[in-house]
Amino acid sequence: MSRIDVRKTYKLYVGGAFPRSESGHSYEVFDSKGKFVANAALASRKDARDAVIAARKAFPGWSARTAYNRAQIVYRIAEVMEDRRPQFVQAVVQSEGLSASKAEKVVDEAIDRLVWYAGWADKITQVIGNANPVAGPFFNLSTPEPTGVVAVLAPQESSLLGLIGVVAPAIVTGNTVVVVSSCDRPLPAVTFSEVLATSDVPGGVVNILTGSAATVGPWLASHMDVNALDLTGIAGDSALATDLEVAAADNLKRVRRAPAAEPDWTLDPGLDAMTAFLETKTVWHPIGV
Amino acid sequence: MSTSSTVLDSSFDDVTRTDASLRRFLHGLPGVDQVGAEARAAGLGTRSIKTSAKAYALDLAIRMVDLTTLEGQDTPGKVRALASKAMRPDPADPTCPQVAAVCVYPDMVPVARETLGDSGVHIAAVATAFPSGRAAMDIKLADTKDAVDAGAHEIDMVIDRGAFLAGHYLQVFEEIAQVREACRREKGESAHLKVIFETGELQTYDNVRRASWLAMMAGAHFIKTSTGKVQPAATLPVTLVMLEAVRDFREQTGTMIGVKPAGGIRTSKDAIKYLVMVNEVAGPDWLDPDWFRFGASTLLNDLLMQRTKMTTGRYSGPDYFTLD
Repeated sequence: MSRIDVRKTYKLYVGGAFPRSESGHSYEVFDSKGKFVANAALASRKDARDAVIAARKAFPGWSARTAYNRAQIVYRIAEVMEDRRPQFVQAVVQSEGLSASKAEKVVDEAIDRLVWYAGWADKITQVIGNANPVAGPFFNLSTPEPTGVVAVLAPQESSLLGLIGVVAPAIVTGNTVVVVSSCDRPLPAVTFSEVLATSDVPGGVVNILTGSAATVGPWLASHMDVNALDLTGIAGDSALATDLEVAAADNLKRVRRAPAAEPDWTLDPGLDAMTAFLETKTVWHPIGV
Repeated sequence: MSTSSTVLDSSFDDVTRTDASLRRFLHGLPGVDQVGAEARAAGLGTRSIKTSAKAYALDLAIRMVDLTTLEGQDTPGKVRALASKAMRPDPADPTCPQVAAVCVYPDMVPVARETLGDSGVHIAAVATAFPSGRAAMDIKLADTKDAVDAGAHEIDMVIDRGAFLAGHYLQVFEEIAQVREACRREKGESAHLKVIFETGELQTYDNVRRASWLAMMAGAHFIKTSTGKVQPAATLPVTLVMLEAVRDFREQTGTMIGVKPAGGIRTSKDAIKYLVMVNEVAGPDWLDPDWFRFGASTLLNDLLMQRTKMTTGRYSGPDYFTLD
């Protein structure tokens, strides 16, 4: 007797829980050859609103953790991903149409990238912070601090490595994020949210919405309680990028601008993705008095 | 002791004459169908209120807020800040209505009064050994008089839940009637009396219905769910039972009584659910700050954020409203 298919309808990941879209809508996800794979929740503006509330609530706790502890947790994400490697490989094969061996390489790289970012948690301050020379009896110290709630439009093409490439640098430095995943390739992000839920990441630090960046993006860009915006996911769509930048200007959001084309995620990412969402705090402290 | 002089409607005279007759009446009230009440409250909570109806509901809810601070750490500065906020909840938007009242401890009434002046925002004071209600009667009355003399427009009293649960209904009745007397001012005016049941301690919906009738017969102007110090505080089903009671009381006596849920109402969505219920259960007459209030503090900021969302078309954040 043939087994009945278990047809899946995935949900969003908001505040550490897996709610359905507030709108009740979902959409069909197809693999690279056009075959139906699963349904994913179609995030609406109200899901974006809920996700921002969850991210704001998680921010004080997450940013107050020691950098060392954040490193441990991000490393833990990598560990759990390693355990789920086959599932990620399958998701990448389906989504991006890669061969199994290439997909394995992508997953390895994504896990390695997480480990790499985990290492940066307690080192970034030493690299971009400074003891500034001043002409007076003061210590003058600059240290980076997280910006706050970052709305991230994740890359459309690279559904796993690209996702890690925008989420990990934002959270490892102490921000909390609301991520809109790749629209046509959301399943690696869904699996990633299942990893997050089981890897010591406090609820609300990462919130993953599956759906269209063009629909949800404007609500996040204009949201007065979002502090920064990463437009990587709308690479090449300069008209939309301009609109979102204008909306973001109302409360002076920090914006990481949309590149002309999606970057090559296999290259050394450098520090830019981390420094984009850090503020520099400079403290003057008198000495010798 | 005769209490009939304090009862507005004389038709309850024979009911409230003795403990036995009062008990017979209260226990003779039809029981509340718990499952039915909860299902109806949940059902009414699913109504979708959008666009212009939502804008109306938000403004109405703001006008119904009793902006409350009832903490041991309240300072005159805190009360002044709260009173300023009550008069002008959203300083950036002159079309934003003011709230109904500020609710403070009696000793803070003069401070609130100084700030509020003749702005039209009322001052409500909690009295009668709030929140536990555990004090001698003369102390409760002195507490009430103090607040009334200081200029409180409204008195929020707590009932003696111990006496109520022990079945000493007449004692509770007398207390409410006496506090009502203590609310009188010279020149025939009187501070409005809100009677707090602390429904979280009354155990059953039947008891909420009995307490509602008891308070209404004793002359309460408003019946109020909770102090906000006990969990659970206001819930939709409890408020439903109380709204049914005021509706039935008006049908029977012609006297209209207000309802005030307090505590635990934090979001605009919740507030709108309450307004829907008021409209459907008690009727549109109660959709007025004179007859329905929200006892809340954090609710106001959420209402303001939603209001800003309606007017600007973008989501607002807590950074743009005062903390309280």
